[in-house]
Amino acid sequence: MASSIRVRAVENNGVTSLKALVRHPMDSGFVKDSAGNVIPAHFIKVLTISHNGKNVFVANWGPAVSKDPFLECRFKGAKKGDELTISWIDNEGESDSTTATIA
Amino acid sequence: MIDQRRRGFLKGVLGAGVATFALGSGIVPLRVEAATAPDASDWPEKAFGTPGVDETIAELYGMEATESDQITMDLPTIAQNGAVVPVTVETALPNVTGIALLVAKNPNALAAYFDIPEGTMPFVSNRLKMAETTDVVAVVISDGKAYKATQNVKVTVGGCGG
Repeated sequence: MASSIRVRAVENNGVTSLKALVRHPMDSGFVKDSAGNVIPAHFIKVLTISHNGKNVFVANWGPAVSKDPFLECRFKGAKKGDELTISWIDNEGESDSTTATIA
Repeated sequence: MIDQRRRGFLKGVLGAGVATFALGSGIVPLRVEAATAPDASDWPEKAFGTPGVDETIAELYGMEATESDQITMDLPTIAQNGAVVPVTVETALPNVTGIALLVAKNPNALAAYFDIPEGTMPFVSNRLKMAETTDVVAVVISDGKAYKATQNVKVTVGGCGG
């Protein structure tokens, strides 16, 4: 299965800029379907970005984050060619992880 | 038909045998997927379930936030679609360890918060849902103190319920 995470990380002057797009419904639990049934909450709780085994960014998300969440962050200390690991886990215990190389 | 059932039975027996062997010999196969998944056990259920901006900041960080003009928020003043409102927060404050995004009129104010370890820039861009025209509050934890900035967003189409 193709990864649910698309990542682009670019290093420039010592600062790595990372953009990640995750495919996820992010259902809030407040929305009803056309038949009037509440769609149960289903959202990513935690997304981590790690470099050399150390977290450089941790996002704690609630159901108010948009569907197919987009995230951008910047950090220092990584160089071109380094590998980043991006992982998430949702409220139903599903998870996914991918690696990206800094360009 | 009978053959297929026999095959299934055999597979089951073989599988069980292997599992017993693995347990018996102390070789427990590791689940690689689980090993890389982040830990959501300390996800603050209460902070994410609190209405009201100030109450949520108190619940999440245990303190009150003071207004600061050092926080730059970049978000549209009019959002055509409340389901996808891009919010960018950047700050000139030193030693930032956390950033939180709150939507005042959502059922639960807290939308997201981010841990900023040392070496990571105090910058984040995220897309949020908001039900109606509302204030969006960015909270920044700098030197152990909480600071906040507020900007109003006019929502023409709600993000919840559509």
